[in-house]
Order: sequence, then C-alpha cells, then structure tokens
Amino acid sequence: MTDPLKKLEDAFRESKVASRATAKHTAISAAMHAFEAEKTSPGFQGSEDGARLNKQGGKSQTLLKWRRMMNTINPKFAWSLAGSASIAVLAMVAVAPNLDDILSSRYQSGEVSVAKPAPSDTVAEGRAHVAPSEPAVTQVPAPQVPAPQVLSDQVTVKQSRPVAKRALAPQAAQGRSLQSESAVRVLPLPAPVDLFNPGYQDQGRDTFEAFETNPVKITREAPVSTFSVDVDTASYAFMRSSLNNNVVPAKDAIRIEELINYFDYAYEAPTDKATPFKANVSIMPTPWNDGTKLLSIGIKGYELQRDEAPAANLVFLIDTSGSMNAPDKLPLLRNAFKLLLNSLKPDDTISIVAYAGSAGTVLQPTRAAETATVMAALDRLQAGGSTAGAEGIRQAYALAQSGFKEDGVNRVILATDGDFNVGISDPHALKGFVERKRDSGITLSVLGFGRGNYNDQLMQTLAQNGNGNANYIDTLSEARKVLVEEAGSTLFTIAKDVKLQVEFNPALVEEYRLIGYETRALAREDFNNDKVDAGDIGAGHTVTALYEITPAGSGAALVDGLRYGSEAVKPADPAAGNQGEYAFLKIRYKLLGSDESTLITRPIRASDAVASQELASDDARFAASVAAFGQMLRGGQYTKDFTHDAVIALAQSAKGEDPFGYRAEFINLVRLAQLASELEPLNRQ
Amino acid sequence: MGSTQDDKALALLAAKGDGDAFRQLLEVHYDLIFRVAYRFCGHREEAEDIAQDVCVALPRALKQFDGRSAFSTWLYRVVVNRAKDVKRREATAKRVASEYIEVEDLRQGEAQAAAHQAEWLHEMLDQLSDDQRQTAILVVGEGLSHAQAAELLEVKEGTISWRMSELKKSLKAMAKEEA
Repeated sequence: MTDPLKKLEDAFRESKVASRATAKHTAISAAMHAFEAEKTSPGFQGSEDGARLNKQGGKSQTLLKWRRMMNTINPKFAWSLAGSASIAVLAMVAVAPNLDDILSSRYQSGEVSVAKPAPSDTVAEGRAHVAPSEPAVTQVPAPQVPAPQVLSDQVTVKQSRPVAKRALAPQAAQGRSLQSESAVRVLPLPAPVDLFNPGYQDQGRDTFEAFETNPVKITREAPVSTFSVDVDTASYAFMRSSLNNNVVPAKDAIRIEELINYFDYAYEAPTDKATPFKANVSIMPTPWNDGTKLLSIGIKGYELQRDEAPAANLVFLIDTSGSMNAPDKLPLLRNAFKLLLNSLKPDDTISIVAYAGSAGTVLQPTRAAETATVMAALDRLQAGGSTAGAEGIRQAYALAQSGFKEDGVNRVILATDGDFNVGISDPHALKGFVERKRDSGITLSVLGFGRGNYNDQLMQTLAQNGNGNANYIDTLSEARKVLVEEAGSTLFTIAKDVKLQVEFNPALVEEYRLIGYETRALAREDFNNDKVDAGDIGAGHTVTALYEITPAGSGAALVDGLRYGSEAVKPADPAAGNQGEYAFLKIRYKLLGSDESTLITRPIRASDAVASQELASDDARFAASVAAFGQMLRGGQYTKDFTHDAVIALAQSAKGEDPFGYRAEFINLVRLAQLASELEPLNRQ
Repeated sequence: MGSTQDDKALALLAAKGDGDAFRQLLEVHYDLIFRVAYRFCGHREEAEDIAQDVCVALPRALKQFDGRSAFSTWLYRVVVNRAKDVKRREATAKRVASEYIEVEDLRQGEAQAAAHQAEWLHEMLDQLSDDQRQTAILVVGEGLSHAQAAELLEVKEGTISWRMSELKKSLKAMAKEEA
C-alpha cells in the first residue's frame, strides 16, 4: 500500500492553483492605495513623503477619514487578524464622539452598540500600537481612485512569476504599472458589448433551480391550469451572456416564460386605472406542430403617466467585494445607475449602501435632482474586501424605513455578482427577513451581475419573496432596458398577487400544455385563496403565456384514449352558452393596498383562432419563435424536428419595427446557439 | 527559500513607507497569499476576495513585522488567520450551498488530470477536521516544517506532529473506504 501522505502530497502538487492576473492586479492596486493612505495616517512612523501626501488632495483626506470611521463603527467588519477583538473595540470607541455627525443611530443595526465615548483619537491609536507583536490589522479602504476598467482584450490569462522579479527592481515594477495604466479604458456606452473575458470560463458554479418541463395534460383528467404571473427576465440575459461566450446554457437556466416576457408586445392597454389590465387572446397554428394550435394569453398593465407615478424611495445595496471588480460588474453597474438617475423624478430619493469587508452607507437619502452628489457617491464605490453583507442588508432596510414614502414606492435594490452572503447565514432566515420587510411596505429587487458565481436560485427566491423583480444584467443595453425603459414597470407596481387560471373545454380541446411557468405553478385551489402569494405586475408590463392545445379530433393527441375508461365527453350544454369555447380564462389580482382580490374573466373561443400563421400578428409569431427556441434549449421534448433555421425564419418574419434592436439581437442569439450546439460535441471530447 | 533576506529587506523598507518595495513584495507574494486562501476556502472568487483583503491590510499590518521571523512565515500567519476567520463565518452558508469543488481549466486537455486531482483533494480535505485540514495544507501542501506550522497555528510543535500522525490514520481510513 502506498503511503497515504504521499498521495496527498501528489494531489497538492498536481492540482495547481494559479492566480488570475486580473485579480492580482486589482488586489495590488487596491493595496497600493491603502499603502498611500496608510502613509498619510497620523500613526505613520516612516519617512514622510510630502509630494505623495499632496497627491491625495484635501477632499480625499476627509473622505478617507470618513470611510475609516464607517469601517470602525462596525466592529464586525473592522476585522483584525489575530483575533484581537479588543483593538476593534478600541477603535470603535475612538470614533464615537463623531458618530452623530456621520450617522444618526437609527441607521445602525441592533448589533452595533456605541459604547461610552473616549476622550480622543490618540488614546486608541496609541494603544493599538502598543499591542504586542500580534499582527493586528484594521481594514482601511482605498480612497476614491476609480477602479481600473480593464477590457478583456488586454487581459493576459495567466501570469507566471519570472524569477528575476524577486530581486529588487523598482524600474521593472514601475514599467509594469505604466503598462497597466495604459490598459485602463472607459467603457463604451451604448452598444451591447460582450464584456466577458473569454480566456476565463468558470461556469460550473452558477446555480439554478432544477425543474421539469411542464408535461402534456389531458383535458378530461385535468381541465384546469393555474399559475402566477412572472415578469422577470433574468433567464434571457443569462442565456444571452452564455451564448455570447459560445456556450449552450444549462437546461435549468432557461425559463421559457422569462424569454418570452423579455420582449415588449403591443397588446391593447387598459384605459382605466380601476381595471389595471386587460387580457388579450390569440390562437394560431403551432409552428412546430401541424396538428396543434398555439394559444397566447397576453396581459398588459395600465401605463402610468410620468406625473401619475408615485414618488420613489430607492435604496441601492451594492456588493463591492473584490470579485465585483470585473468590467462586467461594478463598472457596468455604475454606468447603469447613471442611466437610472435620468429617468427618476426630481423628488425621488436615492440612497446607497455598500457592503464588502465593511458595510457602510455611502449616500444618505438624496433627491434625484442632486445629480452631482449621487454621481460622486457612485464614483466612490470601488471593489475591495470580501462579501459580508449582514450589516448591509439591515442598513439598507433601515435607510428605506427612514425615508419611507407613504403611497410611494419603497424599494431596496440589491446589486451583486453572486453568493449573496449577507451574514444571515441560513437562507431560510434570510427569506423570512425579506418577507417580513415586504409586509412593512418595503420591497426588494435583485440585479445580478457577472458569471461564475451567480446564484440564480437565491436571487429568484429573494426577489419573489420580496415582491420584486430579479434581473440579470450583462451589458449596458440590458441595464438601460431594465433600469430605464422599464423603470415604470419595475418600480411602480399596479397590481399584486396576479394569478391566472385557464379551464379548458374537453369537448373542443383534447390536450393542452403550458409552455414555461414551471416554477410559478399554483395548485388549483390556490387561485381563490387570497392568502397565497403570487407575482406582481408593474405599470406598462406585458405578460404572455402560451399554451399548445390539441383540438379534439385533430389526431395530434400524444396520449392514447383509454380502452376501459369512460370515453364519452359530455357535449357542451347549449343552455350554458359555452358552445364554441376552447377555454375560459380567469385572472385574479389585488389592487395595491387591498387584501381582497378582484376577478376578471374572458371566454376563449374557437373563433379567436386564425387559420394560418401568416394571418397571426407579428407579436404572436415572434412570441412563438421565442417559445420554440426556449423549448429547444431545454431539450426540445415537444418541438419535433423544428430547426434553428426555422426559428430564425419565423422570428425574422415577425421582427416588426423593433426600434431598439432587441428582436434582431434574439435572431443573432439563435444563430450563436446553432453554432454552439454544433461545437458542443467537440467540447465534450 | 533562497531570497528570504531580500523579502525581509523589502518588508522592512515597505514598513518604512517605500512604495516600490511594497509593490515588489506584493508582486512576489500574491501567489502565495492567493494559494493559501484558496486551499482554505476551496473557492476561487472567495480566495481572491481574501487575498485582496490581505493585500489591503498589509500596509498597516507590516508595521508589526519586526524582522525576527522570515517574512513568508509571518505572511502565512496573516493569511491563515484571515482565511480561518472567513471560513468560520461562512462555514454554514457554504455547506448549504455545497459549492466546494471548483474544477476549472477543464478545457485544456492536460489539465484534466489536475482537475481530477483537485476534486479528490477537496473532497479529502473536506472530510478532515479543521485542525487536521489546516495542518495538512501547511505541512503537506506548502511544505512547511512542523515547527513553522506550529508557530503559525499557535500550537506546540508536538501537537503538529501528533496531528500529522492522526492525519495519516484518517487518510488510511479514507483510502480503505474508497477501495
């Protein structure tokens, strides 16, 4: 038997751990900033360099002081290395006298207790230095020098350390830093550029909830289909970012309803706020199956005029951990945010809480009209430290509470790249926390960034429990779509707990299948139960649900009839007046501020159907092409031999005006998928 | 570690405020910081976060470096303590998420075997107790002496030796299970 230690040793040696050049570069620049900052601190004992001191400028000195206080008031985050909690406490005491200027106590979580004030700074500083050889470290964030935005083409994937570097060679180091500075560029604004670094793919850790595709139902056995609306679009953006990397996304990453709802459809909108939405129905032959029909149910929410929109109180909770420092994360968020600012009303308020190694309020509630203040706060954000947001989420909710707007929108918007490690380590406790806050009128939305660490399931759960939206942002154009164009719908909810129920008529419909909405299914009895939570609809939102239905006698049914069962379907009772009805649609919703639901009904008649695809509207055909593509990505269980080319042709014919190019982009994605799926067998070898 | 003296000189210069020396020190040691962080948490992005934390904290921490021990030993301790902190805080959440294994670079053919090894290694490490794991990472993975490991982990040298023999037993038991 071989020596077990030997095997372990081999494993250590074989499984090399190579650092990423980008991460290394980021860490070193952050450390250099900290280094400069440290030199300016009063406790510095080394040789002072006047020129360098001035480089910081007066403003950042103040800022630095402020940031340091922000860090030290939370003992949890003013981490010290050798378990020296005592030092953290001392530091906290030291800033106590100034605390009121910085933060009024209502913004603090219960965990921060401000102890008795100490007379002066120097006491704590001095004692901290007396501490014996233990390496006690309090984190000092780097000042507001913008994080380098390195575009992917400048990134070298791996960097082996040349031996020569070990020698003292300041010139070499200097040369390097110059080089890296020249690689810093401002992100291009409008075009949907693919920001991912193609040299590094780490897709294995994105987590998605696994779910089964909805099966075909036999109308006779289960005539009723019930589900909650879903206005999220995260799945679409994730799919896009995968395909742009020539990777076919994982099956469970595809939620077809989110792909379909990504696009805007010109449904007829309601004209009256009292009935906040209208149901539109169309039926056409199914593109991928000659024998069946595609039933489309479209809902459009009432569109608020800008002056009708309620006031907004938005708190952004921004993950600034080190891993957010990729071009497609924090810098993208920062730009996206600036877009949002323009779409808000002057009196709407914005606040920002950053959480990383330290959690801190970066911006107290500020009117959107004060653009410069908000912008400056944004530019101060920079990645550093590890994710630890327990304080972050509490502070964010506390801020939302403090700026609470009655009859307004009060929302915490979480922007993060993944594992939302908020310190409430139990995911269920977190869910509960968000739910409780929802009941107090503050909702939660999630903006996901980046790849490799993205925890889709947690994001979805949080957003659903917080009555908000989950969006995945991969490009600036996506940011514009989510934050600006949909600012109305994502921000201003017009109806909540919106549920749909469709009862099919077995006399006319033999089988049916709901496309997508697997994760939104509700039990039949939940429809009338107002206690059961469901999705919300924002102003101007469109929601589309597609059913593939098999008309009776079409011969296209997938399930054979029973030999022994009772075959006879009772013909529709003429007296009931339901002849010629395929189905009956019921929608339940609650108006804002009401706990009782209202019911909208509409029969779906055979006469709603058009005879050929050409007669169907562009919107109906486009939605069908997206549905086909989504099903194919999920394995194509029901799409027979429908090809990528057929999807492209169908979408092409239904492109319509497409002012923002979203539909054209979709067509491009189908092409990429075609290519990627052809490459797939090669990748597996 | 041939250039121990260089490192020490750099560290002392950096502690006095020499930016070039500090940058040099980081350039040379970032990989060590990252590697140890990675071994402890088994998660790339988190290890990068920890490494960055450590780098950012170094300017202040360096003031405590008196040059009595080798710089790398001192640095190990900083990283290990930070990684332990993080690990302790996140242990629960991480286990729920069970995202422990990172198999990266699979696209490169030659890396396949390494990825397999990495997987085995992580599974193995995950089964060990915290004490045994830390000892294994430092002694077996990083090649430190028992005395050095003892200093870092703030235990007696004998404890490390004992842990190593326990580690051998655990490994044997696991090998039997595998077979």
